[in-house]
This record gives sequence, structure tokens and C-alpha cells, in this order.
Amino acid sequence: MAMRRTLGDADVELSLGRKLLDMRWGLILVLCCVAAVGWAMLYSAAGGNMDPWASRQMVRFGGGVVLMLAVALVDQRFWLRWAYLMYAVGICLLVAVDLVGRNAMGAQRWLDLGIIQVQPSEVMKIALVLALARYFHGLADEDVRRFRWILVPAAMTAFPMALVLKQPDLGTAMMLGLEGAAIFFLAGVALRWFALAFISAGAIMPLAWGMMHDYQRKRITIFLDPESDPLGSGYHILQSKIALGSGGMFGKGFLEGSQAHLSFLPEKQTDFIFTALAEEFGMVGGLGLIGLYLLLVAYGYAIALRSGSHFGRLVGLGITSMLFIYMFINIAMVSGLVPVVGVPLPLVSYGGTAMLTLLIGFGFVLGVYIHRDVEIPRRGGAL
Amino acid sequence: MDRRDFNRFKGFGRRALMLAGIKGTLVSALVARLYYLQVLQADRYGMLSDDNRISMRMLPPLRGRVLDRGGEEIANNRRNFRVLVVPEQADSLRSTLNRLGQLINLDDTQKARVLREAERRRKFVPILVADNLNWEDFARLNLYSPDLPGVQLDVGETRAYPGGPVFSHIVGYVGAVSRDDLKQDDDPLLELPGFRIGKSGLEKVYDGDLRGSAGDTQVEVNAYGRVIRELARHEGQPGADLVLTIDAGLQRFAAERLGEESGAAVVLDILNGDVLAMVSNPGFDPDLFNIGISVADYQALQNNKHRPLFNKVLQGQYPPGSTFKMVVALAALEAGVILPGHTVFCPGHMELGDAKFHCWKKGGHGTLGVVQALGQSCDVFFYDVGRRVGPDRIAEMAKRLGIGGLTGIDMPSEAAGLVPTRDWKFARFGKRWAEGESLVTAIGQGYVLATPMQLAVMAARIANGGRVVSPRLVRKASEPRGAPVEMRSLGISQASLSLVQQGMNAVTNTPGNTAYTSRIKTVGWEMAGKTGSAQVKRISMAERESGVIKQEARPWEDRDHALFVAFAPVGNPRYAAAIVIEHGMSGAKTAGPIARDILEEAQRRNPAAKEPFRGRFAGGDGRERG
Repeated sequence: MAMRRTLGDADVELSLGRKLLDMRWGLILVLCCVAAVGWAMLYSAAGGNMDPWASRQMVRFGGGVVLMLAVALVDQRFWLRWAYLMYAVGICLLVAVDLVGRNAMGAQRWLDLGIIQVQPSEVMKIALVLALARYFHGLADEDVRRFRWILVPAAMTAFPMALVLKQPDLGTAMMLGLEGAAIFFLAGVALRWFALAFISAGAIMPLAWGMMHDYQRKRITIFLDPESDPLGSGYHILQSKIALGSGGMFGKGFLEGSQAHLSFLPEKQTDFIFTALAEEFGMVGGLGLIGLYLLLVAYGYAIALRSGSHFGRLVGLGITSMLFIYMFINIAMVSGLVPVVGVPLPLVSYGGTAMLTLLIGFGFVLGVYIHRDVEIPRRGGAL
Repeated sequence: MDRRDFNRFKGFGRRALMLAGIKGTLVSALVARLYYLQVLQADRYGMLSDDNRISMRMLPPLRGRVLDRGGEEIANNRRNFRVLVVPEQADSLRSTLNRLGQLINLDDTQKARVLREAERRRKFVPILVADNLNWEDFARLNLYSPDLPGVQLDVGETRAYPGGPVFSHIVGYVGAVSRDDLKQDDDPLLELPGFRIGKSGLEKVYDGDLRGSAGDTQVEVNAYGRVIRELARHEGQPGADLVLTIDAGLQRFAAERLGEESGAAVVLDILNGDVLAMVSNPGFDPDLFNIGISVADYQALQNNKHRPLFNKVLQGQYPPGSTFKMVVALAALEAGVILPGHTVFCPGHMELGDAKFHCWKKGGHGTLGVVQALGQSCDVFFYDVGRRVGPDRIAEMAKRLGIGGLTGIDMPSEAAGLVPTRDWKFARFGKRWAEGESLVTAIGQGYVLATPMQLAVMAARIANGGRVVSPRLVRKASEPRGAPVEMRSLGISQASLSLVQQGMNAVTNTPGNTAYTSRIKTVGWEMAGKTGSAQVKRISMAERESGVIKQEARPWEDRDHALFVAFAPVGNPRYAAAIVIEHGMSGAKTAGPIARDILEEAQRRNPAAKEPFRGRFAGGDGRERG
């Protein structure tokens, strides 16, 4: 690797022009494409109107892209240095939301900071990836295989999960868990510990069932047999399947989805937006969107594998895995493969916070590519 | 990159590849799932999607009108503003009703009814909350309807009876569908909220014809049941118009002529049985039943001693009194018990064993034949004849003339009347017939009962030369226009009939006879008739000793019924009539003048001479309905 620029010296900085040139504009274009699919579906869901969803979503996307670029331009070492602090702030916010959070839809998820409202669990999704990446970056290869060295990151994952579960927000807790698991896996944690975690999770299941809220239990029972109660609780998932199925191969045509337009689809603009797409554009449309997501994942792989630092690799694939998990759970949920847990379709579902999280996350991914050759020593995180 | 780093990179690459494998598997699962739902199951879910969005709604057909023979509307339809509620779509039925109650007049019983009905019916069937709203209420509801989930407003058609109470017993009324109706009739129309079916009268008899058949509309609805647009519409078949034989003008005249009296009047066309007028007085307002009669109103109708809800023409059974004497005369003549020249001396009473049977005329009539006996309504003459001919042959003749059996008119719940026979007496009371009862029967008292309709039929059969004529309110569809109705002969000799007809002519047209004062003076329109005064309360021996108490002095309920049967014109009869005035005291004084006026009016209007209105389906294809 002789061609590599050695910028191991912390004092050497890349010029702004250099960084902008290194931006993966192709990745950004794919992000825009996915977001555009979202705008089209929001336009359709509003009955052929930019208002109330599509126009606002566009503005948010614009703001998110600016933030994304800003994040991408900041040096990796800076983020590495601040990763634990960001994690700590995230934990504090989660504790705060538990104490004074605003109640929305029966769960405390929002924190009103006066000027803006933040959803600490969203902050946590990014902070957890960064903190775990930093931890494994500094960990010796031999130690990764040792149980006591993974107790700390396990606790780092479990603690925010517990706080989010308390809100209660099963979907986000699950997201955090899967995200953590993905990074553990990529960091090289021995597979036997995964097996152990899997078994203990199975053992905890009955206990968890006992602690679950009624609506959470209901979701699971409905998942097991949605058509048993078509007018009651199974309604959403059944109507969602009807929308998908009636879309057929090529769909009913743009703005022609009767299920969505006639309000049979629940939350057609948020969690169930994929069904509206699949109803109007059929299987072809659905697969097209999945293809775009996979393209984003492929970019993640390319960037991660090209990165010179372990931190960069873990962040690069950690974030794209988060996107993948979002996408998979959402589509699996609306097509009746997994229980309805309330996970949005990334960049497509209406809602600013989740989109902002994703875009900032991709800011880190872009940053990993820009700073691919910046060498970060194992102890590089020391302040 | 040092060696340690390179090893780590290799490890990461391996794990990244494995992760990619997992992701690939998961994506394959998604693709398989989409393929399963969107390709393999596409037809099934496509159908479910249509089920979702397409709602079939029934369109109630317009109920057929009821028209008189001239085409005048007696029952029709008018616009009806209604408010309905779909329990499934209302957040809470009770609170929705309370909110409605703030906007329109809605009492607790109405609310309770809606809640009760909501229990009974399927949750998505709209339930009628209130109808016949006025325009202001309806407009106000429309204004607030966005805040009233589950509330439906519609403009329907409801039954109206422009003919009013005068036609109430003929046409009857429509009412809400009862649970029993639902059991007997599986027409889906009955499930419609607020649907009305015939409950009495012709509305009931011809309900099937008047109702028509349901249309339907396919509408696209959203998840809340709100109609987005109509996709297809099949108009139902409107109900057929019903053309009556009734002449509305004559009907109104008869009702007016009965005035405040409680009674019945019938006019028949003796050649085909057309009922030209059929009044049971007083009537009631049929609209009350359509809208939903209040308990107070219903009790007022029930407690009225003139019994407005009771159809006296068909259900009222009265002793025919002297109007029965024609039957007795014909029975005796036909049996050969008496000859046409038979005479009887009337001393004012007749003794049978220990009993003394009085003639209405104290001094007696002297010697009379059949014609004079009818003309002066001599009781002794008919005591004598009745004793000779006996109850069985009287009953047989009565039945031939239409008394003591159903006339077969196209109306529900007709009373049969009663003509006693020896066997009947024995079966009924376990006692043998007493000869005195023959005397009582001969003057239309005792067990004999007839409805006003039966009396009119009797008069018609006497007048038309002894042929079978049966009353009808609606002509058969198959009946050729203008052609005379085939009438079977009753097998009564013309000589006997002629004698009785002469007797009835004498009643009204021979000076001094019972109804001479009630004669029609117009030349060529003269009527023949027979008076009748039927005792309601037996005159006791004590009362007879002390002199019969004047009718006017008795309470209304104890006074005699006044009857009159008649036909006109005498020379070439066409119209027959029967009048019964409950507790009208005297057939000659009360019923006679009414019969005269009605028959005179009948001849003035002469409905039988006019071509009846052509019935049609409301669709307009010109077919006549039966």
C-alpha cells in the first residue's frame, strides 16, 4: 500500500476542497432517489397533494442533507474522541425523557428542549454505533474473544435498550439491540457468545412476556393470527396485506391505490407507506425500492472495506446495517412476516427525526470514506 | 498497516462477508414474501380489496300509488328527510344520540328505541333515528354532520295519504317492519332502516304489488364508510299503481252524508261487483300510523266509542232486522211454502203457544200480500212465513244472497256474519230449535248477523236478477276492458225475484209506506229499498207493559241500529247500497234519507258508465295491474 497517503500525524489536515472532491456523490444520489420515492408516495397518500406531507418532508430532507455533509467533513478522529461523551449525553437524555418527557401516542419519547424537541432514542442510535466502534477500535484482537472484555460493550448496549424499553418503545429497543449485535459481530466477537445471548434471550422471553404492556402482547398475538379478528386488532396487518396483494405484479398505478386512498391502510404516510408503494407500483415498485436500499448497503460495504481504520470500518458498516435493519423490519412487518413494532421505512416514511438520524448516520459513512486513509492509533481516542 | 492491523482487517472482512450472507438471506425472505402476496395471492387480495372499497347499498323502490277509478291519488309518496345512524361508525351510540338530541327534537323513548334496535341488528346496518324532519332541522343536521360520526342524512320517500281518513279503512296504512314480518318475508328490502310495509287494508293485501323490487347501487366507500363515488347503479322496479273500483267523489260524498254518525255505507255496481264507495265512519288518519302513532293518539282511537279503527263495512256484524225480510220471502217463495198470492191477516201480533209476538204496528196491518208486507214491513206476515219455511231454508237462501258467508272481497279480516240453522243451534247450544226462533229469525233478529257489505251484496243480487256478484276493490288484471262480468245465476226464479223487487219498490215509492219520505223524486232515478231497525236491547215484558220507552230516551248504546238496503234505478238497476247507522234508531228516518242521497249522487256521477282509469306500472309501460 505504497500509494497510501500517510497522514498519521494528527496535525495534518485534509483541505476542504480535497474532502468535497472525495465525497461519494453517487451515494448521495441514491439517498436522494430513495427520498424521492418517499415524496411521491406521500404525495399520493395525501390524495395527490404536496400538503400536508410531501412538501414538509422535502424541506426536512434538504436540512438533513446539509447536516449530513457537515458531519462528513469533520475529521474521524474528532468523532472518535467525542464518541463516549456523545454516548453519555445520549444516556442522560434518555434518563431525562423518562423523568420529564412529553407523552405522545401513549409513550414518552420526546424531550422538549425549548427550541427543538429531540427524541433521545434517535440520538442513541448513532451514539451507540460510535461508542461501540470506538471501544472495539481500541481493543486488542485477543481481548475481543474474551468474555470479560465484551461485558462492557454488552452493558453499553443493554443500558440504553432498557431505558428505551421503559418508555415503552419496543421497536427502537430492538433496533438498538440489533445494531449492537451487528457491531459485535463485525468486531469479531466469538460466535459462541452470540449463541449464549440467543439462548438466554429465549429463557428471558416468558419473563419479558410478563413485563410487557398489553398492547405489546396484543401485537404479538395478532401477528400469530391476524385474520382471526379482521375488524378488531388484526385490522391493520390484514388491510396492509390486502393492499400489497391487490397491487399485484405491476400495481394499480400512481394515485390509484384504493386501499391507501380510502383510508383502509393505517398510518399510510408513516410505518405503512411501503404498502401504498407496493399497491400502486406492485411488486416491481417494491423490489425497486429494496434494490435502492441494497445499493446503499453496497456503498457501505465498499466504504468500510476501503477504510484504513477499524473505527471507520465499524462505523461504515454499523450505520448501513442500521439502515438495512430498519428496512427489513419495516417491510417484513407490513407484509406480515414479523409483528408490528412501529419501525419506519428509512427515508421514505413521513417523519423528521428518523430521517435526520439516517442522514446524520450517512454523514459518518461519507466521512469514513473521506478520511479513509487517516490513521488512527489504537489509543487515538485519548483526549 | 502493521501485521496486527492487517489480521484485524482480515477478520473484519470475514465477518462482513458473513453479515452480507445474513442480509442476503433476509432480503430473499422479503422478496419471497412479496412474490407470495403480490403474485401468487394477487387474485385473492385483489378481491378483498374490492370487497373493502365497494359497498352494495339497496335502493328502496318507490311504492306504488293507490288511485281511485278515475285516477285520483288516494295514497302516494312524498319527500321525507331522515336521519340515520350506523352504530359501527359512531364513537359511542349513546353520546351521538345525545348530540343529535341537542340539534333536533329527540325524546328518550326514541333514543331507547335506537339503542334497542342497535342491539338487534348487525352493527353496520343504519338505524333510523328520526324521519319526517322539517327542512330547518335537516339543514341544521347537515351543517353539523362532520362532527357526528356515523350519522347519515338522507332524503327518502315516505307514504302519504292525500285521500285522508275517508279512505282509511279501504287503503289501510303502512307501518314499520316488525320482527314477525321479518320472519315471514325474506325480501331484503325489509332490512332497510325505516322501510314501511302494508299493515292493513289494501296496503296489506296488495303489498307485494305496491312494494316493487329493490334496486342497488355499488358505491366506493372509504374505511369510515363514507361514500366516495358511485360505481354502478341498478334501479329497482317501482311498485305498481293500484287502481281501485272506488269512486273517490262518491266515497267522500257518502262519508260526508254519514257526518257525525257512527256507521257504514256501501255502494256496489250490481253488474260487476265494483265497490264504488265503502265508508266506515268515523275514519282515522292513516298518516299517523306511517309516522309512528303516539300512545295517547292510539288510545284515543281505541277508546272512541264510535270505533274509528274498526272497519264496520266488513267487520261490523249487525242484526239485519227487516232488511232480512227479502231473504225470508224468497226462501218461502222458492221453497213453494207460499204462493205469490199468499196473504196473511195482521192483527198487530201473533200468538205461538204462550208467547205473543208483536208487530211493530200496534193496531196491525190487516190482510197483506208479499208486496204490501215488504212495503209496510209487516212483522206478522213474516212471522207466519218464517214459521212455515223454517230456519234451514232461510239460511240456505241467505247464503245464496251473500249473507252468512265471506263475500270474498280483496280485504283482510272480513267477518262472516251468521245465519242460524237447526244443526247450528244444536251444535252451538246443545238445544233443539224452538219454533219461536223461526219467527225472530224471519224479522232479522235473534241470531242473525250480517255485515253492511253482505247486505249490499244481497241487494245487488236481488237487483241484478239473482246472479252471483262479488264485491271487489281492485279489478283483475285479466279482466277484459268494458266487457260485462260473467255472472253465474243463483237459480232463483225471476217471478219470485220480481215480486220481491216490487215489494222493495213499494217501500219507497208507494205513499204511506215505510220509506216513502226517503224516495228519490228524480224521474228515472227512483230507488227501491228496505228499511231495517235492529234491536240492540231486548224489550222486557215490564217495559212493554208500561209502554215502550222512546228510543230517544235511551242511552246511545241501547238505541236500535238503523239499516237501509236499496238499489237504483228501479227500472234498470245498476247501483246497490247498504247503510247501517249504529244506534240510529230508525231505518226509515235515519238510514233511508242517507241511502237516498247517496244513490242519487251515485246516479248523478254514474261512475259505472265511465271507462275506468288505466292502471300502470310507475315505470310507465302501460300494463294494467290486478
